[in-house]
Amino acid sequence: MTGAQTLFDGLLVLLLVILAWVLLASKDLFRAIVLFISFGLLLALAWLRLKAPDIALAEAIIGAGITGALLLVGLGRLGSAVRCRPLPVRTTPLQRLSAPLLVGLLLPSIAAVVLVELFTLPIVASGQIKLVAAHLEHAGVDHPVTAVLLNFRGYDTFLEMGVLLLAVLSIWSLDRARHPFARDQIPAALLTLQRLLLPLLILVAGYILQRGAQGPGGAFQAGALLAAGIILAALCGHRLPPGHQGLLLRLALSCGFTTFLLAAAVTLARSGVPLLYPEHLAGSLILLIEIAATFSIAFLLAAAMAGGHPVPEAKPTAIDERKSA
Amino acid sequence: MMSLIDLFSGALILASLPFFVAGTLGLLRFPDLYCRLHALTKADNLGLGLVVLALMLQAQSWLQVLRLLLIWLLVLIAGATVAHLIARKALAAGHRPWRRP
Repeated sequence: MTGAQTLFDGLLVLLLVILAWVLLASKDLFRAIVLFISFGLLLALAWLRLKAPDIALAEAIIGAGITGALLLVGLGRLGSAVRCRPLPVRTTPLQRLSAPLLVGLLLPSIAAVVLVELFTLPIVASGQIKLVAAHLEHAGVDHPVTAVLLNFRGYDTFLEMGVLLLAVLSIWSLDRARHPFARDQIPAALLTLQRLLLPLLILVAGYILQRGAQGPGGAFQAGALLAAGIILAALCGHRLPPGHQGLLLRLALSCGFTTFLLAAAVTLARSGVPLLYPEHLAGSLILLIEIAATFSIAFLLAAAMAGGHPVPEAKPTAIDERKSA
Repeated sequence: MMSLIDLFSGALILASLPFFVAGTLGLLRFPDLYCRLHALTKADNLGLGLVVLALMLQAQSWLQVLRLLLIWLLVLIAGATVAHLIARKALAAGHRPWRRP
């Protein structure tokens, strides 16, 4: 490594630490979020310097981009008085007991079990590159990171899909989705941007998904790009058609998780080990799971951004229709 | 030994620096939001353009050159749109543009 590179890396680390400190100490939440986004972008650069382009991509798109936007949406809603709370309903004693039981007993016991399990796990030295390389020919893909994420450690990715699904379920139970702009207030510049970017976002998402088999890329990055497209379209006033907000939306949100679950069930029945793909089918199975996961991740991230459960839009009255015509 | 292409790339990157410095200075020193937006977008667009040009000279294939060009165009479009949206929102919120006192 040359001196210039060491200097650059040193500066990067220093800047990251300072940024982290300033953003944590910042009293102005908006400023903290802007700093958080720049922190994410610099962190992506750091991952790139560590020769981990997959993580750099994910950090830039999800860590800085989508999370930053989520935080901004959340900040916009803080203190808003028109939150839609469910009406108070009479609860049975058992229902009143369920929350303390769940939070006070069940969660700590699960945490304790996980902790005990963690301590019994064998300690694995870092540097599994040789092990992965030795088994790569059986993985069905050529890129070691995708092989680990979707095949050798498919379990982890499967559970990540579950976590995302759970997160959206929680968001849906908190509030209802709200539109950022009224229909006649959408900025014209945004509409033009959308017309330019939407086709490109879909194209690039497909490219990144397809590339995951050979190089950096894959379901999470492609899904986040698609999510950006959906969010942009939603900002520009596009809505899900009324008939698509029910079962179809829920299918789209959960298809990544269910496809994974199905693959696990079938492989469990066939060979006794969940997610152990037969070698000649591994490539196609991984592609199938990745397509479903991309689709799901896109809708999950966009649903998180909408900030609540979908509400059917009021049908335009005759007067509205005459106005628009 | 530096080749002629490396020399050109280096010169282009050096030429981009004043734009970034000017943009940052403007962001820090200009009197109101509209001036700051103006400084930031104009300077960054040109600065990034020069960096992209320098990188294009280093590219291994025409495909890479096209990708770099696409990145620059996307940043141009996104930067212009976002600047417009911020200014529009600020104007609607009642921020008056600065006048020389």
